[in-house]
Amino acid sequence: MEPRTSFKVLVVHCDTGRSEVKANWSVDELVGGSGLAAGLFAAYARPDAPWDHPDQPLIFAIGPLTGYFPLMSKVVCAFVSPYHGQYAESHAGGRLALALRFAGYEALVLLGRAKGRSALAVGPHRVELKDAHYLWGMDALATGKAMRRVFPGAEGHRSILRIGPAAENGLAYGCINVDTFRHFGRLGAGTVMAAKNLKAIVVQGEESQEIPEGKAYPDLFRKIYRDLTATPMMSKYHDLGTPQNVIPLNELKSLPWRNMTATSDPGASGISGERFAEKLLLRNTACSGCPVGCIHVGMLRKQFADEHQFAYYKVAYDHELVFSVGSMLGVTEASDVLDIIDEIEKQGMDAISAGVALAWATEALQRGVVGQAETIELLSFGQAEVYRRAMAHLGGAANDFYRALGQGTLAATKIYGGGDFACVLGQEMAGYATGEAFFTSMGLGLRHSHLDSGGYAYDQGNEVKDIAKAVGYLVKDERLRCLLTSMVACLFSRSVYKEEVLADCLNVLGYAGLARDLAGAGERVQKSRWKLRFDWGYDPGKVSLPKRFGEIVTWRGPMDADYQQGLRAAYARAIADLGKGGGQGG
Amino acid sequence: MKILNAARMGRCIGCHSCSLACARLVHKRLSWDTAGIRVESAGGITAGFEARVCLACDPAPCVAACPTDAFTQRKGGGVVVKRSSCIRCGACAAACPVDAIYLDREVNPFVCIHCGRCVAYCPHDCLEMAPGRGEGGEPSREAADGA
Repeated sequence: MEPRTSFKVLVVHCDTGRSEVKANWSVDELVGGSGLAAGLFAAYARPDAPWDHPDQPLIFAIGPLTGYFPLMSKVVCAFVSPYHGQYAESHAGGRLALALRFAGYEALVLLGRAKGRSALAVGPHRVELKDAHYLWGMDALATGKAMRRVFPGAEGHRSILRIGPAAENGLAYGCINVDTFRHFGRLGAGTVMAAKNLKAIVVQGEESQEIPEGKAYPDLFRKIYRDLTATPMMSKYHDLGTPQNVIPLNELKSLPWRNMTATSDPGASGISGERFAEKLLLRNTACSGCPVGCIHVGMLRKQFADEHQFAYYKVAYDHELVFSVGSMLGVTEASDVLDIIDEIEKQGMDAISAGVALAWATEALQRGVVGQAETIELLSFGQAEVYRRAMAHLGGAANDFYRALGQGTLAATKIYGGGDFACVLGQEMAGYATGEAFFTSMGLGLRHSHLDSGGYAYDQGNEVKDIAKAVGYLVKDERLRCLLTSMVACLFSRSVYKEEVLADCLNVLGYAGLARDLAGAGERVQKSRWKLRFDWGYDPGKVSLPKRFGEIVTWRGPMDADYQQGLRAAYARAIADLGKGGGQGG
Repeated sequence: MKILNAARMGRCIGCHSCSLACARLVHKRLSWDTAGIRVESAGGITAGFEARVCLACDPAPCVAACPTDAFTQRKGGGVVVKRSSCIRCGACAAACPVDAIYLDREVNPFVCIHCGRCVAYCPHDCLEMAPGRGEGGEPSREAADGA
C-alpha cells in the first residue's frame, strides 16, 4: 500500500451534470473530515453570495482512517447554513462513510443547481444526474424506498441520502436523511440540497481498497476492536443508548421540561431509556464499520380501524429526540414520542429544532403572544396528537407563522415577540440544562452543537466557578474533537481513540507525517474552522442568550448571572483568537 | 471439517464487521464486497439483515461448474479455492443457488472458505463454526427476520 499524500475529491457540477476528479488536496495540511471540509469550503464557497446561491458548495468528507478502523464511520457535511448564513458543519453516519470510501473518494463536492428536480448517483465508475420531478413533495421515508429502484445497477452496497418536504419548503432546519435512521440534522443541510434541486443522492461503494502488507495493521485493528467493544462506555451506547441519560439528567434537575419552565419532572419515567427498552425497542442497528450498534429502533403500533387492524412503523430514537419532542413538549408516553418523531422523519426536519420550536410556540400561545389563528392547533403541553399535526404544519410551511418558525425560533420572535423564553443557543438548544458552561459552549460554539465541546460534562463535574479553567477545558476539548472528526471517528469512541492510538493508526497506514504532528493537526483544523466562521461575519457578541437560560434552577441552585456573563465573554475572546490564527480558511 | 454457519442473523445489526474481517484477513483488502460473507439488508435497512454466505453444499454446484478445477470439493461441505487455476469465467457464481459467490469487476470470485476468522468479529454472536455436513449435523439458521 503506497502512502497517500493527497485526498481524492469528486466535484459534481449539478447545473451541467459534468464532474471532475481532483486529487490535489494535501493530507498533511487538511487532515481529513472536518479539516478537509473546511479546506474545500474555503476554496469553493463565496462569502459575497447568499446560502442558496448555486455557486455555494455542499460538501461531504471522510478522513484517512475511514473504514480502516472500527467506528471510523462518520461523514462531515459542510455548507452555508440557511439558518445563519455562515459556515456550518453537520455529521452523520449510516452507510455513507464506507460507501464514499468504496466509491474511492474522500470527499464529494456538489456545485451549481440542477436544471430540473433531480437525483444523483455517484460511484467508482458512475456519475449520473437524472430527472426526479416525480419524487418532489414525497416524504423522506417514502423517497428512500423509491430510490432503491431509481438507478438500475446500483443495487449493491450503497448509501441513500434524501430530503423531505421541509427542505423543499425552505425551512432553515431541513435535514438530509441518511439511510433512514441517521441524519445531517442541524443547521439546514437538507435545504441546501433542495436549493441544488436534488431530492436524493445514491453513493455506490463497490471498489475494494488496498491495505498495508504484514501483520501490523490487522493486529492493531484487533486490539482496537477489542478495546472498543469491551469498554463500559460502549455498552452504554448499545444497551439503553443515549436515552439512558433521561433519568440521571432529570434527577440532576438538568432535563428541560415544557419549554424549560422546569428541569425535572416525575413524568421522566414514562420516556426513560429503560421504558423505551422494555416496551418499544425492536432492535439495534449500526453504522457500517461500527460493532457498537447504538441506533435504537422502536416499534410504533397504530390501530387504524375499529377492528383489530394495525399498522406498525419502525422509528429510531435518541436522547436528543426524547428531550425535544418528549420532555420539552411535556409528552410523557414513550409511544407518543415515537409517533411525533415519525412525522418529523417524514417531513425531513431537524428533530431538535422542530421540537424546541413548538415548545416555544406552545408557551407563546399560552401567554397570548400568538393566537390559534397562527398556531392552527390548540398547542398544549402533553398533547401528542396535536403536536404530530403541528409538525406537519411546520414541515409543510402551512401559514405565515409556521413559515417564520421554520426559519428558527428567534426568527419567529422577531415578528411575534416572546424572545425571552426562546430556548435557543445559536440554534434550538439540545437536551442539557446543565448550566453555564454548556450554555456558553453551545450558544457560541462553532456548530452550535452539544457535541462541539463537552460543556454539559464540565458543568456536571465542576462545582467551582472558575472561568479560566472552564474556557481552557472548552477550547482543549474542542481541539481533541476536531481531530476525531477529521479522521472521521464517531465521537462515542473518544475514550479509546486517544492521540497516541490515532498516531498508531495513521502510522500503520503510512501517514507518518500526520502521525508525528497530531497535536498540530488538531489545532490547525480548529483554527481553520474558526477562521471560516469569523470570515463569514460571525460575531459571538451578537449571539443572544435568552432570559429563560438565566431563570432555571439545577442541582447546583439558580444560574449565576455573573459567572455566565464572564464565561461567555472569555470564551468569545478565546474563539476570536483562534479565528485570527487560522491557516487554510479564507 | 467445520463450516461457518450464520445461525443467528436475527441479531445482526448490519455493522459489516464480518465482511470487513474476511476481506482484511483472508483476501488482504479493505472491502465489504470482496469477502466470503456479505451482509445485506433484507428489503431495506428497517427490515433486518441477511448474510450472503456459502451454505457448504456437498456436492457443491460451483465445483461442478468450474471448468479448471480452481474450485474443488471441501470435506464437510463448501469448496477449496485455488486462485492460480481460476480463469475468471464466473461460472461458479452463476451456478451458486444462493448467490453466495461475489465477482469483482475483473470477475475474480470471492467465496467463503469456512476458516471462521470472521466469527470473532461479530459483536452479537450471529456466526458460529458448526460440524460439517456428514460430521454430526446439518447447519441450522434463523430466517432473516426471525428472532
